[in-house]
Amino acid sequence: MHPEKEHFEFLARGEFMLQRCRSSGAFIYYPRVAEPRTGATDLEWVKASGLGTVYSTTVIRQKPPKTDYNLALIDLAEGPRMMSRVEGLAPQDVKIGMSVRARIISEEDRPVVVFEPAT
Amino acid sequence: MRAGQVKEDAFPSGRSAIVGAATFGMGTAPGFNNFDLAAHASIKALAQVGLTPKDVDGLAVVVMDETMSVLNFAEYLGIQPRFVDNTRTGGSSFQLHAASAALALEAGQCDVALIAYGSDQRSAAGKLISSSRPSPWEAPYKPLRPISSYAMAAARHMHQYGTTKRQLGEVAIAARKWARLNPDATMRDELTMDDYLAARMVADPFGVRDCCLVTDGAAAVVMVRAEFARELNPRAAYVLGAAHETTHREIAQMPDLTVTGTAEAARRAFSQAKVTAKELDVVELYDAFTINTILFLEDMGFCPRGEGGRFVGDGAIAPGGSLPVNTNGGSLSCVHPGMYGLFTMVEAAQQIMGVCGERQVAGAELALSHGNGGEYSSEAVLILGAAATAARHQSMR
Repeated sequence: MHPEKEHFEFLARGEFMLQRCRSSGAFIYYPRVAEPRTGATDLEWVKASGLGTVYSTTVIRQKPPKTDYNLALIDLAEGPRMMSRVEGLAPQDVKIGMSVRARIISEEDRPVVVFEPAT
Repeated sequence: MRAGQVKEDAFPSGRSAIVGAATFGMGTAPGFNNFDLAAHASIKALAQVGLTPKDVDGLAVVVMDETMSVLNFAEYLGIQPRFVDNTRTGGSSFQLHAASAALALEAGQCDVALIAYGSDQRSAAGKLISSSRPSPWEAPYKPLRPISSYAMAAARHMHQYGTTKRQLGEVAIAARKWARLNPDATMRDELTMDDYLAARMVADPFGVRDCCLVTDGAAAVVMVRAEFARELNPRAAYVLGAAHETTHREIAQMPDLTVTGTAEAARRAFSQAKVTAKELDVVELYDAFTINTILFLEDMGFCPRGEGGRFVGDGAIAPGGSLPVNTNGGSLSCVHPGMYGLFTMVEAAQQIMGVCGERQVAGAELALSHGNGGEYSSEAVLILGAAATAARHQSMR
């Protein structure tokens, strides 16, 4: 398994995949060649539910004409936490505890997982 | 877990000491490169106890832009050290160097250890310099590293515990009050709560005054074994405890943004030094951002978890308060040349040595120097004590 390469290949095909360790059942993100701590290498790719909760959030302020944007840490329903941003509302309206859903967008010619409010 | 026979932490408490501690080029120092600055601080620290570079046989140096910096610096000083340490954990590197130097001195692998740092980042770049590769898991979201990571820790602490922006402001104001007593500090104008609240926002909840300065500066300390220290400097700062904890690298991998590795590092360092938090006379924390002071005070047990915001209120950590914290003005108001860890060590040692002038904490005998590297990734705690505390420690052995 080539973790980083395969992850981004899946994303380019529109699939947000997480690794799961067959022996422990635990999900892993970011992708790597072995489960943290155990070193187990029986990893498989599983489609992410895309559901998550905002663990923390900030608004990165910029001098005009550049615009402020959101940065957030998302606790995925499967367990791992990832950095991303929440779109579809003003950056300062993103709140800790908010339920969010992933979608894949294309930005600067690369696929990127972002989130939007789940409701 | 199978780890063989478990051995007790046998850190050689009180067996080595900082005998010289100096800074150079605080604020702006145009025309010098990183090694020029580190050399100035080193020669100054060595001269305090009548030594020169040729006496140094243990050397630890990191700089922002050269991964093999200890080799460059040994060459620059014209020495061939027996013991070197080039460990790079960001701002905590220097506390890790001191911990290793204490072991190397105890084992006879060197006799005079020099730990040095220098940075021209303000004059050369004018902004924080990164020495890490961009992360594929973070870069697409354009984090403002490291500020946005610490901002999210602050947001989380506010969410969980009701910590307020004004409480963050109390940290910045206390640091500024100390800086006003330090002629070497970069920012010495008065800072009011109104000034603080009106500062330009950078990454919520942080404004400019929540963030460390971008300056030039250099620092150095000289460490020797206790027997030699007694000859060189009657007011040496003995290393009573030194411990560090590594928890993650990137902020998304930090288990809990309100609890740092400082908790575990402090627990071990206090145990080695046989002291408790409340016995400390002065505490020098890596306050790169206002929330840090609050988190680290909680981690070290100065107040209950979640109470840090209330603890720093009413000037408790400012001059005249109940706990002297960041007496040089910290990285918020004194100096922050890329990595700040060695400056907490110099200030802690100088407080023990009693050479801090207007900001001197009267009778300071026990001081803590803290280092923070990455984004709460590497946390380190050093406990320094005056000769009397080291002697008490030896008698307890």
